[in-house]
Amino acid sequence: MDNTIFGYRRENGRVGVRNHVVILPLDDLSNAACEAVANNVKGTLAIPHAYGRLQFGEDLDLHFRTLIGVGCNPNVAAVIVIGIEPVWTDRIVQGIAETGKPVAGFAIEKNGDLNTICAASRKAMEFMQKTSEYQRTECDVSELWVSTKCGESDTTSGIATNPTVGDAYDKLYEKGNTLLFGETTELTGGEHLVLERCANDQVRKDFQFYFDRYMKVVDDHKTNDLSDSQPTKGNIEGGLTTIEEKALGNIQKIGRKAPIVGCLEKAVAPTGPGLWFQDSSSAAAEQVTLCAASGFVVHFFPTGQGNIIGNPILPVIKLCSNPRTLRTMSEHFDVDVSGLLRREIDLDQAGDKLLNMMIRTANGRMTAAEVLGHREFIMTKLYESA
Amino acid sequence: MAIDFLVHEAADGVGVAVVEGLASNQEITGWVMKEDETINVKIISDIPIGHKVALKDFAVGDTVIKYNTDIGKVVAPIKKGEHLHVHNVKTKRW
Repeated sequence: MDNTIFGYRRENGRVGVRNHVVILPLDDLSNAACEAVANNVKGTLAIPHAYGRLQFGEDLDLHFRTLIGVGCNPNVAAVIVIGIEPVWTDRIVQGIAETGKPVAGFAIEKNGDLNTICAASRKAMEFMQKTSEYQRTECDVSELWVSTKCGESDTTSGIATNPTVGDAYDKLYEKGNTLLFGETTELTGGEHLVLERCANDQVRKDFQFYFDRYMKVVDDHKTNDLSDSQPTKGNIEGGLTTIEEKALGNIQKIGRKAPIVGCLEKAVAPTGPGLWFQDSSSAAAEQVTLCAASGFVVHFFPTGQGNIIGNPILPVIKLCSNPRTLRTMSEHFDVDVSGLLRREIDLDQAGDKLLNMMIRTANGRMTAAEVLGHREFIMTKLYESA
Repeated sequence: MAIDFLVHEAADGVGVAVVEGLASNQEITGWVMKEDETINVKIISDIPIGHKVALKDFAVGDTVIKYNTDIGKVVAPIKKGEHLHVHNVKTKRW
């Protein structure tokens, strides 16, 4: 594997692999203005979403962490924030400004959509032209923050595709990369294996806290044995029978070598290299959005039955080993490791194949999800608004 | 030799079909990945790709082992070579 990639060195020292100018709404009301600005200024990217009004407490904190985190992500070169009113808008702007990257906020009240769109478009144009001259420079591959999540898994995920991610994670751990996994409920049945991998008692205690907290959510709200949801209908069609079986396949993604150095609340960035657990939903778009908000710049997404998810700012590298899925929906996959099922390649070779695609992606190759326009951006909401 | 199904570990009671079109009454060949052994089983159901075949007889209440770990409980009797899935195995959680 190459030890260098060509990425964008940001003002705060972090390395990104994309150079987006993001038009970021504070709230649902501001989506229309953001989309209008992105239409006016070619090359910019609006990220509409559903929330931002009357949230409170931990849920509001998560809303701010997610939007500020996305703005701070090194794959983002500059940000325009638009909100209905100036106070919360400025809170997002100030949070992103700590990175040193260009950021400006615009509020719609007392201006209306049209004046706001005009002023924001002029600033977006300035940012777009400025950042379009940013150059990729040589960076160490260990500077990439890499996250993972599997989706529409089947039994081939646990046999081949997830262990491929595990092999790549083992190799990246030895290089000193920052790595993340999550999907709290999807560890059910294998939580003892995760606990065995925790670096110390504090990490074990933190993991148990997040696991128990999520189990309480399931217990408080479930109306059956979750057999309509977890495993999903796609998982069952693919041959997965129980959550335990799904979890044991899922856990293959964390490989065999890296101890878990810490556990993170949703949309909180890690503070050092190594493998981190982040509490999260197991729904693909929610978890990948949290990875983007936590500063991750490349994502490994193994799938069995063919989850087609992408993200606006985080390139999602899709890998698959199920020959039927690869045959029927081939345009969605970046890495084919079906040779593992036929014993044509071994895990070491499969991991290298994925790492090679990671480097090509980091150097600028667009993923299948990017080319196909998959920009699923789904914020995790903890409970009803006030 | 072409492989029809894979088994994670020798302790597992199930194998996973990795080719399409496995039909009832067929003798199929599997590879036990951890121990690197080859085994054969005659299947008595059609086994779709990705689905599991029982490698031994199971009675109601038995635990099914895969990855050398508990993946759930048997809720209807299963014969060696039969399709093992949501119709005869359930989670012990939730």
